[in-house]
Amino acid sequence: MSVATLPVIDAAPSVPSLVIDCALTAEWLEAFLRDELIERRGVKSAVVGLSGGVDSAVTAFLCARALGPEHLWTIRMPYRTSSAGSLSDAQLVIDALGCQARTIDISGAVDGYLQHEPDADPRRRGNIMARTRMIVLFDQSSKLDALPIGTGNKTERLLGYFTWHADDSPPVNPLGDLFKTQVWALARYLGVPPSIVDKAPSADLEADQTDEGDLGITYAKADAILSLMLLGYDDARTVARGFTPEEVRLVRRRVDGTHWKRHLPTTAMLSNTAINEFYLRPVDY
Amino acid sequence: MKLAIVQFKPRKGEVEANLAALGDVFAQLAAEEKPYDLIVFPEAALTGYFLEGAVYELAFSTNTLAERLAQLWRERAPAKRLKPVDVAIGYYENDGGTYHNSAMYLQITPERHEVVHVHRKMFLPTYGVFDEERFLSRGRRLQAFDTRFGRMALLICEDMWHALMPTIAAIKGARALIVPSASPGRGIEGRDGELESVRYWHELLHATAVEHGVFIFYAGLAGFEGGKGMTGSSRAVDPRGATLAEAPALGTCIIRADIDFGEVDLARASLPLLGDLGAVLPDLLLDDELLPALARERP
Repeated sequence: MSVATLPVIDAAPSVPSLVIDCALTAEWLEAFLRDELIERRGVKSAVVGLSGGVDSAVTAFLCARALGPEHLWTIRMPYRTSSAGSLSDAQLVIDALGCQARTIDISGAVDGYLQHEPDADPRRRGNIMARTRMIVLFDQSSKLDALPIGTGNKTERLLGYFTWHADDSPPVNPLGDLFKTQVWALARYLGVPPSIVDKAPSADLEADQTDEGDLGITYAKADAILSLMLLGYDDARTVARGFTPEEVRLVRRRVDGTHWKRHLPTTAMLSNTAINEFYLRPVDY
Repeated sequence: MKLAIVQFKPRKGEVEANLAALGDVFAQLAAEEKPYDLIVFPEAALTGYFLEGAVYELAFSTNTLAERLAQLWRERAPAKRLKPVDVAIGYYENDGGTYHNSAMYLQITPERHEVVHVHRKMFLPTYGVFDEERFLSRGRRLQAFDTRFGRMALLICEDMWHALMPTIAAIKGARALIVPSASPGRGIEGRDGELESVRYWHELLHATAVEHGVFIFYAGLAGFEGGKGMTGSSRAVDPRGATLAEAPALGTCIIRADIDFGEVDLARASLPLLGDLGAVLPDLLLDDELLPALARERP
């Protein structure tokens, strides 16, 4: 008598997914932008600094869908060493959306200060450029009766890969809870020009700079490690899911070393009414 | 019973403006020829949900709010003022300096109004994005209460997530669960094109209605609060678990439904799970391992 062999059904491993429903996400973020700008603040227009990269392109596409392209002001802010490709890629976004556009060269403003600090290293120069762009965006917003919209994604926020009180300063940010790889997926769904989605991401503060070169890890790996870390997986469990100990350590070190960048300044507490310690009011109150 | 579930979006902290908007809803409902019997609003409907310390500035005494709502109904629904109407609404309650996340069931008649029941939220979410127990005290008792349409219970948001709560409400005789809620949407993987948090609510409401043979009237707060988008997703579910109407996650709207409470008897006759539970639950509760297991510190 033969013994029947029962079919075996393998269970899928329990791992957090980074796959997103792009239509659902876009709809949600458009509603968020309309609610924050038009309904809550009574502001019809947005100002977005276009770098030529994917984050600002996606932000611009979302703003155009939420507010209408006539209510989107895109500002290109090249420095004299910025790559020509950044300007032309940003132009692709402007052409695709038919939005308002302006180019404001920040070389004069940046160099005006740097002439007093000729020995500033590339990191300081990059921070000065980022903070100068912040000044331009806020001033243009004031002039245009619009709100500056942030473009920082969750990956760079977690890794601290941004200039404090510059890239992170706009009061409204639609992408800050999306990992970089999720921003790429959303970009493809929204129809962001492929040359922008497919190129190596770069802060374009120095020649031949790339994010992944600066960070020492690919975004695909960083996002997967970060998503596990945020859910409480320890390093051993993360390594067991296919990453090297060095990769996991690198990501954890960057996150652990930059918690301060995700907060307002540390203020000495002296009373029972210290702001944000005892006196607690929500941002929309 | 003619039911309205109002998916309402308050302006944060602007109580008078929100009462005026609620009055507009009353006026809209009163303009229909057939009068409404029960109007359900979400959790924290007149203030918004995330208030932090501002809750102490904005909480209502139950009697004051009941008076305002009755007055508003009489002013804004004059054509229906000779008919009684019931209103269920979530609000932050100031009970003499003790603060609760509460919901009231209010009956308004031509001559007077009566607070039929106040439920104080028992499960105050205090994790992740939630911080209720930092500011509020929890309710201590879950009661069912009689209305002119039958016995009901109020469960506020997380109250509904613990299977024991609707179970106790049903055992205490509730034939309908009114669930005012404020649910910040999250989870964009998008199975079925819905946020994960919305999908979980759907499954929960369906399963609970089926298990106990109860109607569920779920009213979700709408709008974004500091980046957190409240999923309205209001819903009326019948005692067999069928969704009678559902609202989208985004935006404001009114669900209108005609409710026949005889459906409860029919559903329970064909699936007598509540009766089975009544027979078995004493054995489960009298199990002498249960309380020691709850009291024991886990190793």
